Amino acid sequence: MAEKQLMRGSHVIGEAAVRAGCRFYAGYPITPQNELGEYLSAAMAGLEDGTFIQAESELAAINMVIGASMAGARAMTSSSSPGISLKQEGISYLAAQELPAVIVNTMRGGPGLGNIAPAQGDYFQATRGGGHGDYRVIVLAPASAQELANLTRKAFEYADRYRTPVMILGDGMMGQMMEPVTFPDPVNPKKLAPKPWILDGADGRPSRLIRSLLLDTSMEEEHNWKLARKYEAIAREIAEEDCYLTEDARLVVVAYGTAARIAKGAIKRVREMGLKVGMFRPVTLYPYPQKHLLEMSRAVKDFLVFEMSTGQMVEDVKLVLEGRARVHFYGRPGGIVSTPDEIAKVISSLYYRQHLEEE
Amino acid sequence: MEKKVFQRPRYLKKAVFHYCPGCGHSIIHRLIAEVIEELEIGNRVVAVPPAGCAVLAYNYLDMDMGEAPHGRGAAVATGIKRILPDRIVFSYQGDGDIAAIGTAETIHAANRGENITVFFVNNGVYGMTGGQMAPTTIDGQNSTTTPGGRDPSRDGSPLDLSRMLAIARGSVYIERTAVNSYKNIRRTKKAITKAFRTQMAGRGFSLVEILSPCPTNWKMSPVDAARWVDDTFMKVFPLKVIKDEVGKLS
Repeated sequence: MAEKQLMRGSHVIGEAAVRAGCRFYAGYPITPQNELGEYLSAAMAGLEDGTFIQAESELAAINMVIGASMAGARAMTSSSSPGISLKQEGISYLAAQELPAVIVNTMRGGPGLGNIAPAQGDYFQATRGGGHGDYRVIVLAPASAQELANLTRKAFEYADRYRTPVMILGDGMMGQMMEPVTFPDPVNPKKLAPKPWILDGADGRPSRLIRSLLLDTSMEEEHNWKLARKYEAIAREIAEEDCYLTEDARLVVVAYGTAARIAKGAIKRVREMGLKVGMFRPVTLYPYPQKHLLEMSRAVKDFLVFEMSTGQMVEDVKLVLEGRARVHFYGRPGGIVSTPDEIAKVISSLYYRQHLEEE
Repeated sequence: MEKKVFQRPRYLKKAVFHYCPGCGHSIIHRLIAEVIEELEIGNRVVAVPPAGCAVLAYNYLDMDMGEAPHGRGAAVATGIKRILPDRIVFSYQGDGDIAAIGTAETIHAANRGENITVFFVNNGVYGMTGGQMAPTTIDGQNSTTTPGGRDPSRDGSPLDLSRMLAIARGSVYIERTAVNSYKNIRRTKKAITKAFRTQMAGRGFSLVEILSPCPTNWKMSPVDAARWVDDTFMKVFPLKVIKDEVGKLS
């Protein structure tokens, strides 16, 4: 029976991955997410069918994941911002070759080497595909240890269901914080649905090919439309959000991940002052959960997007709302982690400036 | 009574090679298909074709194939082999693929002793992109990016990747052969067989470097290109067993 355990975020991802039937991990050390690889090195060593490889580079790691995925395994790699840039080559191939895989990005301050503090500057890279070509990656944004466990399980399920790479987008805060968590029951990878496309030797069946080279332009166009239809299905089927005190809200804060945790603390404070403020927290960043946000804009005319960046997700909010409401922005880039008090001040000053206290 | 002495190998598709006249790829494809048939491993082989002229190997070789990004063949093969250790996994790579953009992946796969086989086709030039300098272009050799010939002071000198790989402890069998003559083709087939058998015995990283003519980009006739391999290319890349810690396989 599942019981509560106190664990740090990066270990939660590792344990949840193993329980999801992940048996292949390749990665390269980079702060602030080394605890994940370390956890999996021990976990895989304890499994008869587990593989952990400390790769020579991020590039090698993602390409090993490509191979493991071709061979049918639930496979994962992880890194932090600069390393995720290096993995983009492989992520583009995973998308093109329709291979399932899970990639964890523990975001840090950037661009360049930046720093090792929590940040959300990789939103564009994650949600727009990230590498070359016309593709998208499913992006999940957990905001608690329990959600890390749940979304890691979902990440592997989505990857297999849609044959596409899935990214878990967190930050150093998420990786380090310790919270109680209950894990879902472990999955036996041998009992997962067979994948009728893997490369395991053409024994009594026609040989198979997994490729991305399509020199014939009409074939490449057809492949691009096929991927586009898949992303449409993904958008219909898995978009997910979490709403907090939005029923009577006159101002809604939009934030994800660590920023959403801070915003929640801020909202509790301003609620005590009688301000009608709620939060819309996207759980899937791609697909963006537009439907509910759009519905909300019938009653709510002011949205405050809060990000640990100079403003990236705010563009998606504007795209969804298309001028139906005012979209305000507050951000702290570079690894600065705002306090709930700071955000509470931002919220209340905006609230009064927009005269939202008036009925 | 008629006796059949020559036929298409079982694992070679009924397709006409697109390779240029005098190119070595078609010979090497055939040799690999013959050996796979002889060793009876066709039902458990997984191949990793490269970026480059041989990216279309899957049009000819009839076996499970998964295309790797440029240079990453050894990393992709590593992932496949670790998940399916009883399958026979090989990558097929050109000199630019393996000795320039994929150097790191190759050296570290060898160093880890990955139980995979690599076929390294060395023609001293980037073929598919039109004849630019490769890491294995020899001193003085003309290419579209070395006007006046490769100049070591400007362009560096040819890289002997196979010897570098031999230093890695995890590599167990490395041989350099060629496909420019009947004798060398026979020798290449023996090396391919030994490389696969090394993997079948679970011994570790095996690689066959195959010197292969590229008449088109060398701007030679096929006959002159085959001769150039003997007279010039082999002076820099001599045919030999570079490393053999496997010995006789029963």
